[in-house]
Amino acid sequence: MFELIPSLPLFVAAVMVGFCRGWLRAAVMLLAPVVGAYMLFNLAEGTTVSFELMGMSLTPVRVDRLSLLFGYLFHLAAFIGVIYALHIKDRLQDCSALFYAASAVGAVFAGDLLTLFVFWELLAVSSVFLILARKSSNSLSSALRYLLMQVGSGLLLLVGVLIYNSSGYGLEFGYIGLNTPGGLLIFLAFGIKSAFPMVHFWLTDAYPEATPSGTVFLSAFTTKVAIYALARGFAGTEVLIYIGAVMACFPIFYAVIENDLRRVLAYSLINQLGFMVVGIGIGTELAINGAVAHAFNDVLFKGLLMMSMGAVLHVTGEIRGSELGGLYKKMPKTAVLCMVGAASISAFPLFSGFVSKSMIVVEVLREGYQVIWLALLFAAAGVFHHAGIKIPFFAFFHHDSKFVAVAKEPPSNMLIAMTIAALFCVGIGCYPAALYQLLPYQLDYTPYDLTHVLAQTQLLAFSALAFTWLKLSGIYPDELRSVNLDTDWLFRRVLMDGVAAVRLRWQQISEQAQQHQQRWLSAAGARLQPLFPKRGGQGVMPRLHSTDNMAFWVVFMLGLMLILSYF
Amino acid sequence: MTLAQQLPMIVVILPLLASPLCVIAGNGGRAKLLMLLVVWICTAISVQLLSQVVDSGPIDYQFGGWEPPWGIAYHLDLLSVFVLLLVCGISALVLSGGHKIPQEVTEDKVSYFCALILLALSGFFGIILTADAFNLFVFLEISSLASYALISMGKDRRALRAAFQYLIMGSIGASFILVGIGFLYMMTGTLNMQDMSERLPALTDTSTVRAGFAFFIVGIGLKLALFPLHFWLPNAYTFAPAIISALLAGTATKVAVYMLLRVTLGIFGINFALEQMPLDRLLLILGGSGVLFASMMAVMEDNVKRLLAYSSVAQLGYMAMALGLASAAGVTAAMLHLFNHALMKSALFLAIVPVVIHVGGFHLHHLRGLGRTMPWTMAAFSLAGLSLIGVPLTAGFVSKWYLLSSALEQHLWALVVLILIGSLMALIYMWKMLEEIYFKQPENPNAAAAEAPIQLLIPLWILVAANIYFGIDTDLTVGLAEQATQALLGAHP
Repeated sequence: MFELIPSLPLFVAAVMVGFCRGWLRAAVMLLAPVVGAYMLFNLAEGTTVSFELMGMSLTPVRVDRLSLLFGYLFHLAAFIGVIYALHIKDRLQDCSALFYAASAVGAVFAGDLLTLFVFWELLAVSSVFLILARKSSNSLSSALRYLLMQVGSGLLLLVGVLIYNSSGYGLEFGYIGLNTPGGLLIFLAFGIKSAFPMVHFWLTDAYPEATPSGTVFLSAFTTKVAIYALARGFAGTEVLIYIGAVMACFPIFYAVIENDLRRVLAYSLINQLGFMVVGIGIGTELAINGAVAHAFNDVLFKGLLMMSMGAVLHVTGEIRGSELGGLYKKMPKTAVLCMVGAASISAFPLFSGFVSKSMIVVEVLREGYQVIWLALLFAAAGVFHHAGIKIPFFAFFHHDSKFVAVAKEPPSNMLIAMTIAALFCVGIGCYPAALYQLLPYQLDYTPYDLTHVLAQTQLLAFSALAFTWLKLSGIYPDELRSVNLDTDWLFRRVLMDGVAAVRLRWQQISEQAQQHQQRWLSAAGARLQPLFPKRGGQGVMPRLHSTDNMAFWVVFMLGLMLILSYF
Repeated sequence: MTLAQQLPMIVVILPLLASPLCVIAGNGGRAKLLMLLVVWICTAISVQLLSQVVDSGPIDYQFGGWEPPWGIAYHLDLLSVFVLLLVCGISALVLSGGHKIPQEVTEDKVSYFCALILLALSGFFGIILTADAFNLFVFLEISSLASYALISMGKDRRALRAAFQYLIMGSIGASFILVGIGFLYMMTGTLNMQDMSERLPALTDTSTVRAGFAFFIVGIGLKLALFPLHFWLPNAYTFAPAIISALLAGTATKVAVYMLLRVTLGIFGINFALEQMPLDRLLLILGGSGVLFASMMAVMEDNVKRLLAYSSVAQLGYMAMALGLASAAGVTAAMLHLFNHALMKSALFLAIVPVVIHVGGFHLHHLRGLGRTMPWTMAAFSLAGLSLIGVPLTAGFVSKWYLLSSALEQHLWALVVLILIGSLMALIYMWKMLEEIYFKQPENPNAAAAEAPIQLLIPLWILVAANIYFGIDTDLTVGLAEQATQALLGAHP
């Protein structure tokens, strides 16, 4: 029975690292993803584990090609992340990272919506500690906003599932679609987690505030679980194509002007998610394959980029582009690894991004969405711009910064983790068949034909040319120490200030109401004066409701009840 | 009659008789020991009673062998033994944890303190078991008077005023209930609840019965802290000794909810109370506004005990709403939440007890950095808080699930949205506290805030474990609540 639950090793390890230290902790953390992956290897497709609970049949484990692929991916990501975090002595981060990875694995193997919901919430609760562990005042408030959005998504999912279930569709997690009752709510819940435009701000807000290793974990799991859920529940939903196109395009503008390099990567994460969402929206077998493969690659190259920026942050304590530069002199290995990630995300031929992104773009054109195709081309050029060039350029080249004197290569475990990720990026890019045979649909697809390679190379070359020209002519916005407004402004200002305003107004109203009531009572009291002894002193203690105030409400309620009873 | 058949009487009489013994036992440890012994015996008896009722149906107990119309009878059905066990268990755990009572109550008052607790409990048990309306009022007064005195024992001088206000309001409530009972007695000529419920359907058109109903409901609403009759509760819970806040939060309001269920469904019947009379809509509206208003107050509050008290008002709003749905699913949800909320709120208040004692206050800034100095207490606090928010795998989630299902059953979308907003607000106010606990530096690092003693930690963690256990294994709670609902509604189809 236990060998059928793939998330078990990670959960057990999450509990164990709470009590282990030293080499034992390292062994537990490294072994857990390996054991988990081995268990996956032995799981046959079509395996299910189900039981009855509260009169509902639940399927906590269901194995098929789609879930297996994500299962392997998450174990790989957890393994790389654990190596990367090995030098950190922080139990909170160890526990929550493993718990978080385990929840992600649990979510992709969930065969029913209720189990999915449970893991959906666990993802939110366990990941928030990775942000909190930074222990800065920014991370505290970001974490609250993050948690509110995540829990909000969970609540939408819960209500959606309840409606879906009560309309007779059952709890099985298969294709849902927008036209079923509750489908829209489930769609929104998935949408929040996959950072749809307007509800994306939790991602760019919180991810850059997490610890260096925390961001690596964060960028691997939450959004990919959402992509998995969309791919299973809403494949071929046309609106996703347009949502995805917007997601692919708008972060580019923010990414270009953003100074915090990890935030640039967070924006580029949304941009990459856009490609996957478009692929899911197209819904053909090749497009779904492309979206899923791109999710796989994105975890690796985005993880690699996040790790390299985390290494810079770890070594220098600084992540703003305006303050960094010239670090290649002291961190050549990190710089090279970072550029492998940059080449992969920009979809250079022979790097992993190329073999998955082209699948989506080809299908967009084949299904006749020319405008979307153009938007994706623009987005692809933009990626190269902000993630492919900007990240390595401002961190490792550009002008020499004050950190060049003191910088050194990060600890070897960080380098090893980055190297593993980089090897996968190049490996998949050179030998895509290894990834293709894991994809949900068996298709014959060759990424390396003349048109693909030529088109992509042209795109990249002209994009690089544009950057160089803009930079030399001084038009390119220089890295400034600035804060950029995003839709979270709505949340922070309008909502938070709104709460403050309501609070102030509430005080005013209650003061006024008390005055009115007192006036009314004393007017009434004046008539009844002869009957009653004088009232005692008032307002001795602030914030205690006066007794006559309470008695007033009792009489009011009785009156109301009586009136309602007789009519 | 064997002793086993006398158990329903013993569970009420025992604390009543032990109470004066406590005073005689004096201020040493003896009074406390006696109190704990009695409470645990009562808990054991209630377990026994529950299994009897589950096995062989409701128990009728007649005092002195007098038949009901003349004598006083106790009627034990599933609902009453369920609530009895809850109240017994919660008070046994909370009181076992409160071994540091002397630090909060001056040494010379400990015996009175224990005596009063026993009196209050005896009153609660009586309310739960009795089948006689006037008897209900008598026990209500016993428990209320004892609670007023207990609240007034708080260290803060404002406790006196809070207790006095509660006394005034509680007495108004009790006299309303008495007036209600009087009206019903006038019309039906009986005080036995069973007889009343049989004779009432013929009399529902009379204005006397309707006025009696109104008085009854408003009186109970006051005891239950139904919005907007809740103003006494935050002050009473804030200024009472911390252990009393924990005790009352898990028992007093729950007994009031039980009274509401018993009176509306048991005496008046669901047809009259919730369909002929407008109580269903009223409960929905008042419960809903209570949830919103009290959650908002909790979000803005800086005093931890008052914050938790407002959160209690909000949770009671959920129960009122669930009853207002006037369906079997709604009543089940109300009962479930009654049970689960007692578990989480008493755990939360109990975790605050060592804070009050060791740190010396219960404002938000007193919690600062306690995650490091009292890790076990604060871990328990956080888990109970997660249950309050309704995170899956905790008891709170089970309540939320049944509340949402019962609201969806009638397509009440506004209610669904309200429940969701309510749980988001719960997240915000719990967050405020967790942030102080885990992510702020202690104000005064030199102050020796130590971990709570093991005598407190054990009951606290039992409560927390119950929160998690009943979040995973719902057969017991849901099964009992469903059966109790059937029994309650089945009497008046």
